[in-house]
Amino acid sequence: MDTQVFSEDPSRRQKLVLGGHTFASISDVVCKPIEDKAPTWWLIGLMASLSFLLLLFSMLGYLVWEGIGIWGLNNPVMWGWDLVTFVFWIGIGHAGTLISAILFLFRQKWRTSINRFAEAMTIFAVMCAGLYIGFHIGRFWVAYYLFPIPNSMQMWGNFRSPLLWDLFAVSTYFTISLLFWYVGLVPDLATLRDRAATKTRKFVYAILSMGWRGANRHWQNYERAYLILAALSTPLVLSVHSIVSFDFAASQLPGWHTTIFPPYFVAGAIFSGFAMVMTLMLIAREIFGLKDMVTLHHLETMNKIILATGTMVGYAYAMEFFVAWYSGNEYEAFAFINRAFGPYAWAYWTMVSSNVIFPQLFWFKKIRTHIPTMFVISIIVNIGMWFERFVITVTSLHRDFLPSSWEYYSPTWVEVCQFLGSFGLFFTLFLLFLKFLPMIAISEVKGIMPEANPHHGETHHG
Amino acid sequence: MANEIYGLVAEFDTPGSLLRAAEGLRDFGYKKFETYSPFPIHGMDAAMGLKDSILGWIVFVFGATGLTCGFLLQTWVSVYAYKITVSGKPLFSFQAFVPVCFEVMILFSGLAAVFGMFTLNSLPELYHAMFNHPRFAIASSHGFFVSVEAEDGLYSEVETWQLLEKLGGKHIATVEA
Repeated sequence: MDTQVFSEDPSRRQKLVLGGHTFASISDVVCKPIEDKAPTWWLIGLMASLSFLLLLFSMLGYLVWEGIGIWGLNNPVMWGWDLVTFVFWIGIGHAGTLISAILFLFRQKWRTSINRFAEAMTIFAVMCAGLYIGFHIGRFWVAYYLFPIPNSMQMWGNFRSPLLWDLFAVSTYFTISLLFWYVGLVPDLATLRDRAATKTRKFVYAILSMGWRGANRHWQNYERAYLILAALSTPLVLSVHSIVSFDFAASQLPGWHTTIFPPYFVAGAIFSGFAMVMTLMLIAREIFGLKDMVTLHHLETMNKIILATGTMVGYAYAMEFFVAWYSGNEYEAFAFINRAFGPYAWAYWTMVSSNVIFPQLFWFKKIRTHIPTMFVISIIVNIGMWFERFVITVTSLHRDFLPSSWEYYSPTWVEVCQFLGSFGLFFTLFLLFLKFLPMIAISEVKGIMPEANPHHGETHHG
Repeated sequence: MANEIYGLVAEFDTPGSLLRAAEGLRDFGYKKFETYSPFPIHGMDAAMGLKDSILGWIVFVFGATGLTCGFLLQTWVSVYAYKITVSGKPLFSFQAFVPVCFEVMILFSGLAAVFGMFTLNSLPELYHAMFNHPRFAIASSHGFFVSVEAEDGLYSEVETWQLLEKLGGKHIATVEA
């Protein structure tokens, strides 16, 4: 095993910033993409994303105009790509919170290079998820029914339903993630303000940074706020996907009604989120020349997390089957045999091979540190995790208790286009983020450099 | 205005020299001084003689309020405002109220942490005397600064200047309010 990584002696620990950077050059490298003229690939990417975003808006417009019948949903499959994609996006978001909050509490300093990036991903993914949940109710204009608002009908939500818990969980999650991200951004926005070459730029970043000046009295409260937010986000992120899993687990459908769902969903969410961070990060570090800050060591560590969570997901798949047999419940057993060998077996085996088999390749250091291979595996995991939600949602529904109503569900073109469109929303926001905000937390990266230690250079550890 | 000078500013090269300068000013008895750095420096709160942040208590109060509000909202809605029996469960099913109580508590705490932090730091504050200092722009990138306010009882333009010099400060200058 690589003892360097686990060494307790800070001078022997793996360096997190390579390339002999100084505090000033870190600011330069991270601010460069924001201050330079937009590159051509960025404009092309933005145009492509915007066209997909337009596709999303057209599909949503069509949905509102025509009604939910334009989707392939029908009895007994009442939840299809809408819920599948909702869970897919919300799961992706979880890696961002894991990196920003949980790894912060565990003092994992390597997180500073990727946390901003991952948090942005969280926010945009949760926006996509929120959009799905908002529109899947069909009558979007009465979405306010969901909220406990006094109304002329004297009607209130049912707080004994996981679906209402889900609303509170997701909206709290979005709010807290956005605030956490913004708090982290404030010192970096001040850096951008102080470097601004144009008046408009200075004005905008000055407003956004609210007059931050790096005073120690500010840092004191700031660090405390950051710690508290991390401590709040950690149980929050676990609760959000647990509650998402309650949407399924609290029903009485074979294949859904299992107690393993909350931990299984949380592990899967982190797994899929890390895969998405990996996919995006590999592209960004290549294009923006961030290899000194997002080093191979970072990528390898992320791959280890993908391996660990992938194995947990694999364990959950196996345990579901075991319990289906061990419980002696014939409906449960039928649901799982149908999952693996029924009409949706193709989806099931896509899921198993993508999520369980391919990530196991990360046991090999050669593969863990080989960039093209990890890129391919990260995409495979993204696809596999989408299929996981598809398998859970659709296979449990399509053969219900009454064989005469069994149905094979396929999406319509509207659902497919809306799904593609949601990527348009995600990437539009992401490209705007890459261009206008620092994608690496400048002040945090500086804070973990050896030079940032006030006792740096003192010769007591000769 | 009688007081047109905000104070004296000195610049330091490293986090370590900034920390020692803060210790020097603290030991001399200065109170109204401040250090500025592009990232938080370990041990600076003690070096400046600052008390612990009270933010945790603010968050605690708001978190407790959130928890209570979440519980009361659900109880009021389910037991009084909209009595509807779902799958035979009692109207007051407090077990089912736990997730929403938790989420509302987190929401209130998070909002309190963020807005409490900004309030304690009196931000947004778009004008501040320090921004008048021509070299201060690097404080958010790689500069380490100390300011001593003219309002401090011990402040004297000559003596404070000399002390800052002795502590290793560079580019010492007065800043207008």
